[in-house]
Amino acid sequence: MNNETWETVIGLEIHAQLATNSKIFSASPTAYGAPPNAQANLVDLGYPGVLPVLNQAAVSMAVKFGLAIAAEITPLSVFARKNYFYPDLPKGYQISQYELPIVARGHMDIVLEDGTLKRIGITRAHLEEDAGKSLHEGLGAFSGIDLNRAGTPLIEIVSEPDMRSAREAVAYLKKIHTLVRYLEICDGNMQEGSFRCDANVSVRRRGAEKLGTRAEIKNINSFRFVEKAIHYEVARQIDILESGGKVLQETRLYDPDKGETRSMRSKEEANDYRYFPDPDLLPVAVSEAFIAGIRATLPELPDEKAARFAAAFALSPYDAGVLTSSRELGDYFEAVVKLIPQDPKLAANWVMGELAAALNRDGIDIAASRLSPARVAGLLQRIADGTISGKIAKEVFEAMWASGSDADSVIAEKGLKQISDPAAIETAIDAVMAKSPGQLADYRAGKDKLFGYFVGQVMKATGGKANPAQLNELLKKKLAG
Amino acid sequence: MKPEQISAIAHLARLSMDEAEIPRYQQSLASILSFVSDLERAQTQDVTPMAHPLPGLVQRLRPDVATESDAHERYQANAPQVAASLYLVPKVIE
Amino acid sequence: MTLHTKSLAALAAGLRAREFSSVELTRTLLARIEAHQPQLNALITVTGPSAMQAAAVADGVLARGGGGPLTGIPLVHKDIFCTEGVRTTCASRMLDNFVAPYDATVVAKLKAEGMIMLGKANMDEFAMGSSNETSYYGPVRNPWNPQLVPGGSSGGSAAAVAARLTPCASATDTGGSIRQPAALCGITGVKPTYGRVSRYGMIAFASSLDQGGTLTASAADAALLLRAMAGFDPRDSTSVDRPVPDYVAALQLPLSGMKIGLLKEFFEKGLDPANERCVREALAVYEKLGARLVEVSLPNLGLSVPAYYVVAPAECSSNLARFDGVRFGHRAKEPKDLMDLYKRSRGEGFGAEVKRRIMTGTYVLSAGYYDAYYLKAQKVRRLIANEFEQAFAQVDVVMGPTTPTPAFELGSKTSDPITMYLNDIYTIGANLAGLPAMSIPCGLVQNLPVGLQLIGRHFAEERLLSAAHAYQRETDWHTRVPAGYE
Repeated sequence: MNNETWETVIGLEIHAQLATNSKIFSASPTAYGAPPNAQANLVDLGYPGVLPVLNQAAVSMAVKFGLAIAAEITPLSVFARKNYFYPDLPKGYQISQYELPIVARGHMDIVLEDGTLKRIGITRAHLEEDAGKSLHEGLGAFSGIDLNRAGTPLIEIVSEPDMRSAREAVAYLKKIHTLVRYLEICDGNMQEGSFRCDANVSVRRRGAEKLGTRAEIKNINSFRFVEKAIHYEVARQIDILESGGKVLQETRLYDPDKGETRSMRSKEEANDYRYFPDPDLLPVAVSEAFIAGIRATLPELPDEKAARFAAAFALSPYDAGVLTSSRELGDYFEAVVKLIPQDPKLAANWVMGELAAALNRDGIDIAASRLSPARVAGLLQRIADGTISGKIAKEVFEAMWASGSDADSVIAEKGLKQISDPAAIETAIDAVMAKSPGQLADYRAGKDKLFGYFVGQVMKATGGKANPAQLNELLKKKLAG
Repeated sequence: MKPEQISAIAHLARLSMDEAEIPRYQQSLASILSFVSDLERAQTQDVTPMAHPLPGLVQRLRPDVATESDAHERYQANAPQVAASLYLVPKVIE
Repeated sequence: MTLHTKSLAALAAGLRAREFSSVELTRTLLARIEAHQPQLNALITVTGPSAMQAAAVADGVLARGGGGPLTGIPLVHKDIFCTEGVRTTCASRMLDNFVAPYDATVVAKLKAEGMIMLGKANMDEFAMGSSNETSYYGPVRNPWNPQLVPGGSSGGSAAAVAARLTPCASATDTGGSIRQPAALCGITGVKPTYGRVSRYGMIAFASSLDQGGTLTASAADAALLLRAMAGFDPRDSTSVDRPVPDYVAALQLPLSGMKIGLLKEFFEKGLDPANERCVREALAVYEKLGARLVEVSLPNLGLSVPAYYVVAPAECSSNLARFDGVRFGHRAKEPKDLMDLYKRSRGEGFGAEVKRRIMTGTYVLSAGYYDAYYLKAQKVRRLIANEFEQAFAQVDVVMGPTTPTPAFELGSKTSDPITMYLNDIYTIGANLAGLPAMSIPCGLVQNLPVGLQLIGRHFAEERLLSAAHAYQRETDWHTRVPAGYE
């Protein structure tokens, strides 16, 4: 998307559901998946006469987040009413924070695949309550409202419009996703809607100072869709501008089936939210002592862990970032390295490579890995000590993954020990040379490419077990004559 | 107050407003707003707005415990239209 | 003395001494309610059968030597308090069919004391009004003269107490809605300090101004009832965590040396000369009792009504947004789409004054007007609160008239909203500043009651109640019952 004429400007608004036991203003449970309206009490339903009381854990979690993004924590923050009518909003207003959010300006650093480092500004993060859900299918001429989700605590994280490509946006989104899970303030489950993202996208002529008109894209519930939605939207806007039109400031929905964004009919009109401080709630005081208390509970943050990995294990910033994308993954990797400290790079490659692929294929998390760090380390030891080649190790890994057994058992069972005895290898080479006089002559005549043929033949003859490095060396000597 | 303003406010407040009602509201709102415009003469340069009548109070925090249980049948006894435990509204297209 | 004119303390003593039973008392009052309902229209719902049941239970408790000072004593609740299993309408078509699924904290507390609920009192719709003429269920009439209004918004509660249909009633005060009807009906009304009484279950009009309080025949009765009603409620974030003093014991606090502030602004033009005379006579009584009168001035007090009529409508426009025909309340028939559902349910459900205030509130909060109106009004509010604070550095209690005139004719002030709003000219200041205030009867003008208002510092209810009690020991205005209701 690197366009010469046009520059893309992206800001993200992330809504993360806080992993509290009860809702932000009522004592209803927050667990996902309950039958419709089973978790909506009188306060959640906005019944006449009910009043909100603030959940202490929501405040702690917000402060925790603020500290992790190096933001100022507002000593007295204020809840405000955002007034609008929608069936999933029972009171006819959402309790949110407007002029005085609990978390003020902070930042998040991202690392791109090519190693570029970028600091994304975070304008603010504030507490608010989630709305309910509307179901539009299967009810004939009606929509059905389920208010279980109404009142679940949210932290809304607003970035500065600092991202300049879909890639940057995804990197930032992933980083925040990682962070909230590290802090254990959000489970980050995008399918269940506990981590949602709206993208504000605009384009402008490269070099222009003023921002272009932006469109807000809602309903993006996966990292992949974020990328696709932004790409589509940027192309759409450039198209409009290049044909002399004007981009409308509007809210658009991403349609994953069609791969496009479309205007949201029901929210088309500009809403006057008439924000004012909620008179049912008092200002939220956060003292220095309270903040210090929260700071003491912060775990090693992703950036800290990544920096430590990069330094200790000589990893690139990008690789360190991948390996620390979740606390569980970081801990797993560190456990593996502990057992094979002489070759952290090997550990990194395997964790990011084979292990990640297997987890992906089975659709499971690192926490559910079929192989413990000790098992994986055991396999890596056998590569390091020359028992098997890297290629054979892949076969061993698959067998280990399927059965859960250790490397040595699989190697013994399948007889996959590498052949590192020079004499044995030479014998095999001799045999191949003997049965391939033509290729031998051609090679000696200058067809260097045929080297691969000999390598392949010896490997075939030895069942793939010839030590590749030794084979290479001996073969070169022998072919040279 | 102009008729369009009255219609716009009624729309924001989701109140039905037919043509015949508008003049009445124009009159009463104009009267009220004129009455409250007296506020302009107050000297409030360095005065902070007062959202709560009692000074210095801060929000009490509630422990994070879920104590409520499912009572939706009782609550939905008051509901005008319910199906499959969902509150029904005319279909909304997004 | 008849049952229906006994004080709360006398009723409690009589019940305990088995002179009469709660069942007998309750039956008597239910009969009076029924007899006078056509004339007064003071109640919206009468809960006869459950009241008799509760009375029987109370008698049992009393017989065993249990219970407290309010056990077996009846009351009516303003129909703004949610009462579990009982219709709660806020005098609005919007809630005509609404049966509350829970008890307001005030209701639960008084139920726990063993009080007997006779029914739900009529009021101005959603507490918006000063004459009880905006009720969906028809106006309430003043027992002193049925052509006149009882005041509002707690008109039904006040009329019921004045006519001795009940010895006491719960009520709410946002801009004067307890004190003004108390003054027009010749009874004692108390609006406590903001945060003293829980608002949980008290259907919200203007959240930063609303406060629940009492309507009784005397300050002594008010002390008894308020002591039971007040207290910290964890379900209300604006409820103050402060122990409730024994208001009854505090009635005996000596008066001498008390400095009474006379607000210059309360005695300016607009005050009916006859009302002024009664108020000044009452002040003379206080002087005789040893208090000192000091003139004080709150220059910005004149802006209290304009400030109120920005803040209250703003808050109510938001508080009433939940009435949308979806989960409870009135729903328009056969709505063609969501917008139609909202607009017609609300258009049909709300009366004219409520709609007027929602419109005003929506306007003053809207983009471009917020600073000029809402923010400005909240700044003026702070000016007024500061001025009261400065006054209370010099005096202990502020006194003056509760209302500019006695009760007025039904229909006489309904054409222009401003005329009606100016009824609250003396009462609104206390709501803006969150101060406790009360009204006690201090005279009759052409057989119509006049009220004396007392305003105190935050949480100085003891001071107010004892001052009022001292006056009521010296005078008998509070014992007068309107003709036909003795």
